[in-house]
Amino acid sequence: MYGQGETQVVALDHVSVDFGQGEFTAIMGPSGSGKSTLMHCVAGLDSFSSGSVRLGETELSTLKDKQLTKLRRDKIGFIFQAFNLLPTLTALENITLPMDIAGRKPDKKWLEQVIEMVGLSGRLGHRPTELSGGQQQRVAVARALASQPEIIFGDEPTGNLDSRSGAEVLGFLRNSVRDLGQTVVMVTHDPVAASYADRVIFLADGRIVDEMLRPSAEGVLDRMKHFDAKGRTS
Amino acid sequence: MFRTALRNVLAHKARLLMTVLAVMLGVAFVSGTLVFTDTFGNAYKNKSAKSFDHVSVAVLSGGGSDEDEKKEKPRLTDALLKKAAALPGADSAIGSVSGFTALADKDGKLVGGEWGTTGANYFPGKGGKDPRYDFTDGAAPKSAGEIALDSRTADRTGYRVGDTVRLSTDGPVRTAKVSGVFDTDEGSVVAGGSLVLFDNKTAFKALNKTQYDEIDVKAAGGTSEAALERSVEKILPEDHPTMTGGELKAQQDSMIEEQTSSMSQVLLIFAGIALFVGIFIIANTFTMLVAQRTKELALMRAVGASRRQVTRSVLIEALLVGMVAAVTGFALGIGVAVGLESLMNSAGASLPDGPLVIAPTTIVVALLIGVVVTMLAAWLPGRRAAKIPPVAAMNSVHATPTMRGLVVRNTIGSIIVALGALMLFMDDNYVKSGGAGVMLVGVIVLTPLLSRPFIAASAPLLKPFGVTGKLSRLNSVRNPRRTASTAAALMIGLTLITAMTVVATSMSSAINKMAAGSMKADYSVSMANFQPLAPEVREKLDKLPDVAATTPLRQAYGEADGGFTTISGVDPKTFGSLVGMDFIGGSVDGLKAGDALIDDKLAKDQGLKAGDTFPLKFDDDSKTVKVKVAGVYEGNEMLSGVFAATSVVDPHLTKVVDKQVLVKMEDGASDKAEDAIVKALGENPAITVQDKDAISNAVAGAINMMLNMLYGLLAMAVLIAVLGVINTLAMSVFERKHEIGMLRAIGLDRAKVKQMVRLEAVIISLFGAVLGLGLGLFMGWVAGGTISNSVSTYTMEIPLGRIVVFLGIAALVGVLAAMWPARSAAKLNPLMAIKSE
Repeated sequence: MYGQGETQVVALDHVSVDFGQGEFTAIMGPSGSGKSTLMHCVAGLDSFSSGSVRLGETELSTLKDKQLTKLRRDKIGFIFQAFNLLPTLTALENITLPMDIAGRKPDKKWLEQVIEMVGLSGRLGHRPTELSGGQQQRVAVARALASQPEIIFGDEPTGNLDSRSGAEVLGFLRNSVRDLGQTVVMVTHDPVAASYADRVIFLADGRIVDEMLRPSAEGVLDRMKHFDAKGRTS
Repeated sequence: MFRTALRNVLAHKARLLMTVLAVMLGVAFVSGTLVFTDTFGNAYKNKSAKSFDHVSVAVLSGGGSDEDEKKEKPRLTDALLKKAAALPGADSAIGSVSGFTALADKDGKLVGGEWGTTGANYFPGKGGKDPRYDFTDGAAPKSAGEIALDSRTADRTGYRVGDTVRLSTDGPVRTAKVSGVFDTDEGSVVAGGSLVLFDNKTAFKALNKTQYDEIDVKAAGGTSEAALERSVEKILPEDHPTMTGGELKAQQDSMIEEQTSSMSQVLLIFAGIALFVGIFIIANTFTMLVAQRTKELALMRAVGASRRQVTRSVLIEALLVGMVAAVTGFALGIGVAVGLESLMNSAGASLPDGPLVIAPTTIVVALLIGVVVTMLAAWLPGRRAAKIPPVAAMNSVHATPTMRGLVVRNTIGSIIVALGALMLFMDDNYVKSGGAGVMLVGVIVLTPLLSRPFIAASAPLLKPFGVTGKLSRLNSVRNPRRTASTAAALMIGLTLITAMTVVATSMSSAINKMAAGSMKADYSVSMANFQPLAPEVREKLDKLPDVAATTPLRQAYGEADGGFTTISGVDPKTFGSLVGMDFIGGSVDGLKAGDALIDDKLAKDQGLKAGDTFPLKFDDDSKTVKVKVAGVYEGNEMLSGVFAATSVVDPHLTKVVDKQVLVKMEDGASDKAEDAIVKALGENPAITVQDKDAISNAVAGAINMMLNMLYGLLAMAVLIAVLGVINTLAMSVFERKHEIGMLRAIGLDRAKVKQMVRLEAVIISLFGAVLGLGLGLFMGWVAGGTISNSVSTYTMEIPLGRIVVFLGIAALVGVLAAMWPARSAAKLNPLMAIKSE
């Protein structure tokens, strides 16, 4: 995965980054650093005026809305901060929703494995309003994993959760990378969350300013403090 | 408070659009009706007032029937007219006669329908002119071979001065030359009828008059109407009726007022229905606005606003919305009134011209209705707003309305429905129609309850649409109250439309059945205005080579064995082959001179059966005759009473004339046969020759026209209901922005998003339609029960074709209503899902 942006509005400026297969990457940066914009562009949610984004062999910038939608449906999984489950559907129906949209039958064994992993076996018939925040986000994680996408994007997936539920969700994401070979990219401003990743990319003012492999929470926090201080002086 | 309300209204302009439109249309309907009827009535009054210009005192023909008058010496003679004109204080006098006159158009067809053409005299009064008529072309008729036509009829038929026309009054066809074309303010012409003028002498002869119908005396300058009336009364026998011009005008005015007010009442009923439908939309909108502002309202409560203040703030918003809608609606209503007038004129109604009349009451009523309806509909949401606890300001999620709290509603609804159903099975017709209304209200209350099973039942139909079908089905039950009131708005219109369609179709076929069953003849020959036919008509028909049988129908009244009845004189030899009757006892074959056929009701009431003899007494005060019952038949609306030979009936008629002649041809009805009959009767425009189809079509046509008019009037209610569907969907899309964004992010494409919104609209529309159709069929059935008491051949018929059409229209309405909301849903950016609230 390779991305490059050059925009009139300085949202992203000469960002060049690739996300390796089977890797858990966290994108960090202060508010307004462009970390969300980067993810939106890479995930085919937002358009960009110049540059290129490639998912495997597919060049995103040339795709029309319909093809882009299909790409998101078949090759990308999403986990949002506000869970974004459909309140009218049960947990199981929410999990299989992307495949239902595609008109595909879910791979039963895989589905069971995913549900087992996130520990939702007993709650599949419940509706989102009957689930706790942590459980809802686990449904969202299962929804992202169930369709076996090439890449999963998480936008502050632990932002609305208490630390215990957050840790669980991050654990699932790390396990899916480690055990199932899933590719995960996550935007966060939480150093603890970032410490679950294999690699952390630091963004500031629309540029990549640093990178850290096998991060620890303390290390990330230190690095952030450093940027904040730099940001203030400059 | 007012400033906050104003700001809220301005902030939600777009979301209030449909509400404003709904109220606006309702108000436009009301004010359009009032302005139109006022304008029309005023113009009509002004116009007909002119026709009284030449009348200061009118001497009317003496009361009593024509028969009585013939026996007495005629009073309104030329001698009296001259005497009246010579009275001191009288300027001039004119006499008038008028009567049915059939004018043939260039194709030989009757001009102006069965009642539309009148013939009258041209009375050369002072200076040899008749002040009632202004000749625009040619001159007044002077001899028996000349007539004049009113200008509109001349336009319509294409006749011009010098043309020869064919016309008939009572007897044979006459031809005359058009001597002139005139304009007039005469009432019948203003109302759209045709007028043919004869010269005075010819008019008396042609219209079969022995005296004037009315003598109008005009006062000389300085003489009051009352003074002239006193001197006119002196030359008349005591108690002879006279009226002053003022009285005549007042009488005319009150008649016009009565007609226009009954017209406006009918229109206002439909405007009321439209406004009632609008209430659902207003309530939906304000419920949503309150729900969206829960936090804000709770905050107001938390900082010390009282419940009443919260309710008031909602009502002030409603007031503002209502005012805007009422003012625009009123303006639109004036446009509607003007448009309606030109529409009716272009359809050939020729309404009199006059200034637009906007009564102050119209303005007040229109504005008040708009505001009151809006505030009334917003009252319940306002109350609900007041119930929001201050603590809701701290909660992040506001509770969406669920099935909870519907228990009370369902209980009340069930009770109302039960009450309505009970009333429907009462004997009294008023209670019955009240029951229909009560039941409709009950079903409206129950719609949220009904929405669940209905929408669940739609699941198999939505299967082909896959996941979008499933999502739209689930979405449509998410807010059962809103779905229900949206559907209920549509239901109201469709219930009325369906019930009326059922009754109209059943009625048409009942009449068809009756005509087909009772008429074995191929043709019925009668006068265009149901005046009697001379017996020579039948003689002429009998001479035709293709005619197999004929019978006259002559009518008298009397008492059979003490029971009042019509007595029809027929030819006993041919009657059986021309008229179909179902006999309970005896048969038509036994009908001989001196025998009679009686209907089952008469037989039951008088305890008669075939073979009995009973006294028959005619109402001409002659001796009773004894007749034998040859047969007892089942009576209906076309055949009832006593049928006897003409030889029995004729001696009791003042003049032997036929009401109708029935004709059977050797080879059945055909265009050729009809032509032969019309030719044999001298192509007389006054005589109507109808076959079986024409008879039932005449009635069915009238029923159909009525039904189409009702469709048109109810269309406004349906249109407002459609606005409601748009409104609801726009709200749904707005509320589910995040959901739709998420669906777009995880791979639902734009077309599918549109489809999802569209299907939801179709589900809601069809729900309303199915409820309306069901309820309409039920009400049609109940109404049919009452009708079949008086129309024996009435059985309920379900207009399947129409029902399918209505369902199709409902589905189409859903698709159309979803167009704009679906577009805005499809435009939503997937990033919407990621943006936190």
